[in-house]
Amino acid sequence: MSVDIQLRFDAEAITEFSRANQEPAWFLEKRLAGLKAAGELQLPVLEKTKIDKWNTQQFVPFQTSPQVASVQELDEVVQGQINLDNANNLLVQKNASTPFFAASDELKQQGVIFAPLHTALREHGDLVEKYFGQVVAYDEHKLTALHAAAVNGGVFLYVPKNVEMTVPVQAVFEVAGDDALVSPHVLIVAEAHSKVVYVDSFVSGEGSSMVANSIVEVFVGAGASVQVASVRSLSADVHDYSFRRATVDRDGSMEWILGEMNDGNTVANNTTILKGQASTAETKTISVGTGSQRQNLTSQVQHIGTHSESNMVSKAVMTGEAVSILNGITKIEKGAEKANGEQAENVLMLSDKARGDANPILLIDEDDVKAGHAASVGRFSEESIYYLMSRGISRQAAERLIILGFLDPVVAEIPIEEVQNRLRQALERKLG
Amino acid sequence: MTAIPHLQIKNLRAKIEDKEILKGLNLEIKGGEVHAIMGPNGTGKSTLASTLMGHPKYEVTEGEVLINGEDLLDMAVDERARAGLFLAMQYPSEVSGVTNSDFLRSAINARRGEGNEISLMKFIREMDKKMGTLEMDESFSHRYLNEGFSGGEKKRNEILQMMMLEPSICILDEIDSGLDIDALKVVANGVNEMRTADRGFLIITHYQRLLNYIKPDFVHVMMQGRIVKSGGPELAERLEAEGYDWIKEELGIEDETVNANV
Repeated sequence: MSVDIQLRFDAEAITEFSRANQEPAWFLEKRLAGLKAAGELQLPVLEKTKIDKWNTQQFVPFQTSPQVASVQELDEVVQGQINLDNANNLLVQKNASTPFFAASDELKQQGVIFAPLHTALREHGDLVEKYFGQVVAYDEHKLTALHAAAVNGGVFLYVPKNVEMTVPVQAVFEVAGDDALVSPHVLIVAEAHSKVVYVDSFVSGEGSSMVANSIVEVFVGAGASVQVASVRSLSADVHDYSFRRATVDRDGSMEWILGEMNDGNTVANNTTILKGQASTAETKTISVGTGSQRQNLTSQVQHIGTHSESNMVSKAVMTGEAVSILNGITKIEKGAEKANGEQAENVLMLSDKARGDANPILLIDEDDVKAGHAASVGRFSEESIYYLMSRGISRQAAERLIILGFLDPVVAEIPIEEVQNRLRQALERKLG
Repeated sequence: MTAIPHLQIKNLRAKIEDKEILKGLNLEIKGGEVHAIMGPNGTGKSTLASTLMGHPKYEVTEGEVLINGEDLLDMAVDERARAGLFLAMQYPSEVSGVTNSDFLRSAINARRGEGNEISLMKFIREMDKKMGTLEMDESFSHRYLNEGFSGGEKKRNEILQMMMLEPSICILDEIDSGLDIDALKVVANGVNEMRTADRGFLIITHYQRLLNYIKPDFVHVMMQGRIVKSGGPELAERLEAEGYDWIKEELGIEDETVNANV
């Protein structure tokens, strides 16, 4: 039994937006296929979290706004995320527009393609088509289908063989206004032995019942190394769904650094497929649950290649009446001999009414492997508080030191200073 | 501080859960004095240290402690520290994610108060100097507080904190346990550097060995949760040579631990 709720956009609106952006025909076809699938597919089934009453589809997807001439004209929430004096390799998306974009000559000379998705669809359509939707299929569930139908921006980052990017590229995604949607598709292709660093932030302006529905697909070539850092600080008026997935070839390495600082409901799934021999994955996530928000955060690694190695660390601080479900899934396929997967989830509970669940899941179909997990849900160690206080530090300051210390090992890894600072500020804000 | 520091402990009784451990302890420490408390295991020595610092597990049931004339027992743990009390702990906590230097700077600034924070340059200079005295590698300032430190490194780190915070009453709880002789000398060196007229020490130890390097002015023996005998440095030497049995005999004590029914 399902109540059919009308979408607030149709094939006509999609076609119009697609034409306005001069998208290739195959892309419009994908959109329309997504729209059809969205009407047929169910929402994803999540561990201990029901999202059928969340706002998954009540949005107006193609709200546009004008371009700006300089970063100083961007919305303040966006300015806070960037280095205003050096906005060189930066994409800013607001709802369905790209008000600011800059790519340095240095990157171009290296042969790197860094472009808004729409530009890339026009100028490098074949290259985009080769990768788009290959690791996250549009018809996995209703949310990916909605994304395919309504995708309203994104990033294409292509780094040729043997090119090591010397500077990180950055994207800031903003959603603002009633019923607004930001639905970027980030496509990162790192050819063999290249090195890539990409950082994004999700922020929100004023508005009610807003939605973020994003997909990140990463292709890590042989011996390549990719680092993706993402900090989300969306308001309680935004429901956020993100599906990030990487596939890694032989000797390649993928690193995720994720700061889940949203105030609203959040579903995040972060998966690395270690396809190649001796490929590696590192996933570090921190989150702070506040107010009455609900979060379902999944980190997942699938080991296929022999000698592949993964490490996942998730840390959550829980306050108020927030509920967070942290899932860590290590899957080792038959034949992935000598694979090694480690994971740890740690939850620090600061409130009796909050709930934090750590679910380590090991699925192992091969005998000759190593795998381990450690999960803990706990309160402050009174012994540590006593120790800090015995040096003259007040209880409040001692608690703050311990919370920030609990999260700092991940915060310190964010490769762009401004984003790191904003993450620290978001932490301060959330922890009151 | 102009006045000479003064710690007065009067008839102190304390319990953990329902078990009384300190059973009427009296002691007075002034600036310039080094007191040593010795005694076998289970006689309440470490409980005395923890109770004075305000460890939440211990409950004072009777008695009075004054620091410079003020009621110590009425203060929260951090207030006791800011009043000048320091405890070098036997088992210091490990605090992940908080670097040694961030922690120390927070502690120093908590004492100095808002608007009077120590400058970063001065802090680094002081810390470098004191780590030099304690023969600690400079990497320790950036490591997380006590995390993965060996027993000996933790003890040095306690003394480093004491040297940085410059308290007026210092309690050292078995600072010598787990130290080899070279480390012991280094730690003693740090303590001796701090012996001045405006600072008093209470040194808790099992072994006379430490007192070869930190010469006490007064030696006390603790049994059954109180001080049963006091003397000068010669008392420690006799304890080392003859053990505790002669005291038990002299005082008619059979079971010296706090479990004894007295």
